[in-house]
Amino acid sequence: MAQYLVLIYGDEKALQEGGQGVWDETMKGHNDFGAKHATEIAGGNALQGADTATSIRPDAAGGFTVTDGPFLETKETLGGYYLVEAIDLDAAIAIAKDIPAPAGGLEVRPVMVFD
Amino acid sequence: MRVTRDLDLAEECVQDAFAKALTTWASDGIPSNPGAWLTTVARNRALDLVRREATLRTKLPLLVEDDAEPREPDTFPDDRLRLVFTCCHPALSIEAQVALTLRLLCGLSTAEVARAFLVSEPTMAARITRAKKKIAAARIPYRVPDPEDLPARVDAVLAVLHLLFTTGHTAPAGEALVRHDLVRRSLALTRMLRSLLPGAEVDGLLALILLTDARRATRVDDDGRLLLLEQQDRSRWDREAIDEGLDLTRHALQQGSPGRYALQAALAAVHAEAVTWEQTDWREIVALYGLLARRWPTPVVALNRAVAIGMADGPQAGLDALAPLGDEPTLAGYPYLAASRADFLRRLGRAEEARTAYQEALLLTTNTVERDFLAARLAGLG
Repeated sequence: MAQYLVLIYGDEKALQEGGQGVWDETMKGHNDFGAKHATEIAGGNALQGADTATSIRPDAAGGFTVTDGPFLETKETLGGYYLVEAIDLDAAIAIAKDIPAPAGGLEVRPVMVFD
Repeated sequence: MRVTRDLDLAEECVQDAFAKALTTWASDGIPSNPGAWLTTVARNRALDLVRREATLRTKLPLLVEDDAEPREPDTFPDDRLRLVFTCCHPALSIEAQVALTLRLLCGLSTAEVARAFLVSEPTMAARITRAKKKIAAARIPYRVPDPEDLPARVDAVLAVLHLLFTTGHTAPAGEALVRHDLVRRSLALTRMLRSLLPGAEVDGLLALILLTDARRATRVDDDGRLLLLEQQDRSRWDREAIDEGLDLTRHALQQGSPGRYALQAALAAVHAEAVTWEQTDWREIVALYGLLARRWPTPVVALNRAVAIGMADGPQAGLDALAPLGDEPTLAGYPYLAASRADFLRRLGRAEEARTAYQEALLLTTNTVERDFLAARLAGLG
């Protein structure tokens, strides 16, 4: 078994403008996903909006620069993630396809294993 | 190399070892010394094979075709098929898929793969290494996909084989129009895939390759200049390839709801069946492009359909059909759009506009043979 982090990206603005209907549908999608893949999900969370993000970068003087906003400015932002267990990439992709990703998509990343 | 007598056999063993690595490493993790692991496995495999040399010669050829020789039950075709799906996994870039296919399924050296795609050997080596690293790190599986994923994954394999063929059929750059080595590889691989996993679209792709490549001897003249379909000596087309291609096309179309390769094969078949250029059934071609556009709606298909309309209904109709494609961003750098417009304008006697269009096509064309053709047409305008 291997672990994969599935990152959920989406256009927050489109989601907010979608209203209660889109919200309810998305929540139902996550509940269904959780029920279907209970044994394969090793963790996961939804994140607060990108406007609540704070970025920290080491500066040349040995200190840190702390700024408002996400690390990368993109239209589609990271909205949540799942950590899933799967035998191989095909299995991980099959699991990920059940995750709701309105107005965006998913990125599957294998978790590095240190011996 | 020390235990096997010829390089081809050694190459096969190394590939077998790599294939085995994909399975073993995925379940047990990557060994601390992968190189030694591979060498050991390859060496064991070689010894094993040399002992059974009599039967191995029937097992190892690239083309796993039906033969009359009795064979013991073996898993070799399954191994090949697994490797096909690993090499052509959509999680790899298309360039990496093609490179891995040539390297691992055809046994080309990294230098040969690099030459095939006109990149330097270090560039190709890096591309292959990166792909192998992703296969290991992300655990791209070495197995035949589940039935529900199979159609999409077979499409991905066919796309790689088709790309290999088109790259060979009209080399994107360089002196020669055709890269026969790549065409031959694509043909052999498609035959192999068909023997392992029959289906209408594999039939269609094999038919398309055969029917298109059947014109090989007539595509350039004795001086290497491009000859259009219109100018080709049809008596020199490869009848054997055409007959096989036509059979396969019929077979593909009979299996219901034809896919893109079956339809493209049907288009090639219309040309193959026309005894002369004048007898080409352009209405049939327009109709087939209509079906293809529904099945596979790309701007290039729309362009080809517009050209066929011009052939069926005259250059003005063709020019009208091309007009809406001028705004298509994906065709902005596509030389055949300008070349087609130039041809219709030339036939309408609008020499000045034709000149501009030929010049535009020349700016976008990198193949020497095609450039010479366009330059000759431009000069012919006077």
